[in-house]
Amino acid sequence: MAAITLKSVGKTYAGGVNAVRGIDLDIADGEFLVLVGPSGCGKSTLLRMVAGLETITDGEIAIGGRVVNEVEPAERDIAMVFQNYALYPHMSVRQNLAYGLKNRKMAKEEISRRVDEAARILEIGAFLDRKPKALSGGQRQRVAMGRAIVREPSCFLFDEPLSNLDAKLRVQMRGEIKQLQARLGTTSIYVTHDQLEAMTLAHRLVVLNGGKVEQVGTPLEVYRRPASTFVASFIGSPAMNLMPARAEGAVAHVGAARVQLEIPAEGAMTLGLRPEDLRAVVPGTEGALHLKTAYVEELGAQRLVHGTVEGTPFGCAMPSDAALADELYLAAEPGAAHAFDAQDGRRLG
Amino acid sequence: MVEKRPFLNFLAHAVLVLGVLIVAFPIYVAFIASTHGPTDFLSGLIPLTPGDNMVNTYGKMMTDGMASAGMPPLSLQMFNSLIMALTIAIGKIAISIISAYAIVYFRFPFRGLAFWLIFITLMLPVEVRILPTYHVVASLGMLDTYAGLTIPLIASATATFLFRQVFLTIPDELMEAARIDGAGPLKFFWDILLPMSRNNIAALFVILFIYGWNQYLWPLLVTTDPSHYTIVMGIKRMADVVDSQPQWNYIMATAILAMLPPVLVVILMQKLFVKGLIETEK
Ligand SMILES: Nc1ncnc2c1ncn2[C@@H]1O[C@H](COP(=O)(O)OP(=O)(O)O)[C@@H](O)[C@H]1O
Ligand SMILES: [Mg+2]
Repeated sequence: MAAITLKSVGKTYAGGVNAVRGIDLDIADGEFLVLVGPSGCGKSTLLRMVAGLETITDGEIAIGGRVVNEVEPAERDIAMVFQNYALYPHMSVRQNLAYGLKNRKMAKEEISRRVDEAARILEIGAFLDRKPKALSGGQRQRVAMGRAIVREPSCFLFDEPLSNLDAKLRVQMRGEIKQLQARLGTTSIYVTHDQLEAMTLAHRLVVLNGGKVEQVGTPLEVYRRPASTFVASFIGSPAMNLMPARAEGAVAHVGAARVQLEIPAEGAMTLGLRPEDLRAVVPGTEGALHLKTAYVEELGAQRLVHGTVEGTPFGCAMPSDAALADELYLAAEPGAAHAFDAQDGRRLG
Repeated sequence: MVEKRPFLNFLAHAVLVLGVLIVAFPIYVAFIASTHGPTDFLSGLIPLTPGDNMVNTYGKMMTDGMASAGMPPLSLQMFNSLIMALTIAIGKIAISIISAYAIVYFRFPFRGLAFWLIFITLMLPVEVRILPTYHVVASLGMLDTYAGLTIPLIASATATFLFRQVFLTIPDELMEAARIDGAGPLKFFWDILLPMSRNNIAALFVILFIYGWNQYLWPLLVTTDPSHYTIVMGIKRMADVVDSQPQWNYIMATAILAMLPPVLVVILMQKLFVKGLIETEK
């Protein structure tokens, strides 16, 4: 168990790529922190710096109060789960779990106690003597987690551990990881590009963009008050509609449509509306958003209507029994409008 | 290609059988010849049915050799060949797996240069550099020693290259997982890389053992003392007798015996050998 502190951490690769810039983070003991962002934004780089697999070219990382910049990965008291599991193919599951402990010169009885305990928790006892080759993807995933658990580390590091699984298994393992982390109470940093995974797992989210922190907050904070158009379009599915608008007083004008804002604003701005915050109104209603339907996606519980409003691509989520038409008139729920600066995309107010 | 046409089936088998016959016939002739007495060849024709002198011929060659041709007993020559083949095979594997490890996993200055230097020596087989190598070995006083027989043949660009390719297919994450598991460079090599390359090592061992066993020119150059003769060079020496008929029964017995160990190695390691050549999953 340990808190982790990152002080203006940066990474410049030998080739000059500036992958991570000025990251400040305080991760509390026992917290489940998720790093989320599009591919190439530097999530893995940051995680690998915490693990000690990449050198830290700027700033300082401390685990449990100890600065670890110069500490070998094995001495950082961390455990990592890799995307491709990285199990030793020539060793049985048991040997895979025990290898790190053996290297620490731990007593045999203690090793087998921990391996059995991990096998029980993860329900992999039945194939402890198999080689990884003889396991399914989900089972390998469990073994990789087992290898992390037996070390009883002060921090778990996950690098997209579920992306090699099929959709159903991914949801199941997601739930198991969440429960496991809650039970063990081990500080965890989890990297993913999947916003749904991020939302469901995190105590706190860190949205990264181009190597910099875009926003930090609980999943609900980030969902409700995205700090920028980038976060707004990345978090939440279906994605938030963003369109150019003109503000007068506290009202945003999009063509003939008007949307009430939370805060006063003037001039050009970007208006954000989540598809699920819209409702259909009587056709021709004064000030309503006028959606020209292009196609409809049936999700069962909802139907997603895609089209354009004033030439901007726009989607809205309707109840599954909503009437469909070539044209829909929509109004935003009260308090649903997000306002962003037209130039830098930062949230207004 | 799962075709169910009897004619194609027949053709395929016919080609295979023909191939086997072409390869096997000379070996059959050699074996038959080695079972006859020395006088059976005077007609100039080699007999095609077994003779009755086999025990005698092999027994004499194994224990006495052929004094008239300056040949020590074959058991000694086979022992020399075995030492040479094993030392070359094991030495080549050890050196090349270690250099491949260095080249793939360590960032040291002039790493690229080191790799290319090794790679370029691929173009210089023993025969090309044989005179300077002989000079070096002679100056070091290694003529007529096992060291002189084997060390110059141990360096191997081919094997280094092969192991480099094998290591490159092993994902980096495995090395990183091992680092987190507290395995230093030596432990990683010993506990992970070596066992993972097992099949490749076996395949290479078979090839290199045969390569070492079949060396002809080099032992011919560096050995003048019969106690260091190897069996492959011995065959030629026996055929070169002056002023008399070559004794074909003895020569053929030697040839058969020279063939046996490589065949045994191939048969015994066949499974690993094939795995090592075709396996891709890591
Ligand atoms: N070893 C490396 N050398 C140079 N550049 C790298 C290296 N690893 C990653 N990068 C670059 O750093 C950036 C961030 O990479 P990464 O952390 O892997 O992104 P993510 O995990 O978020 O997809 C990318 O632009 C990538 O090209
Ligand atoms: Mg990544």
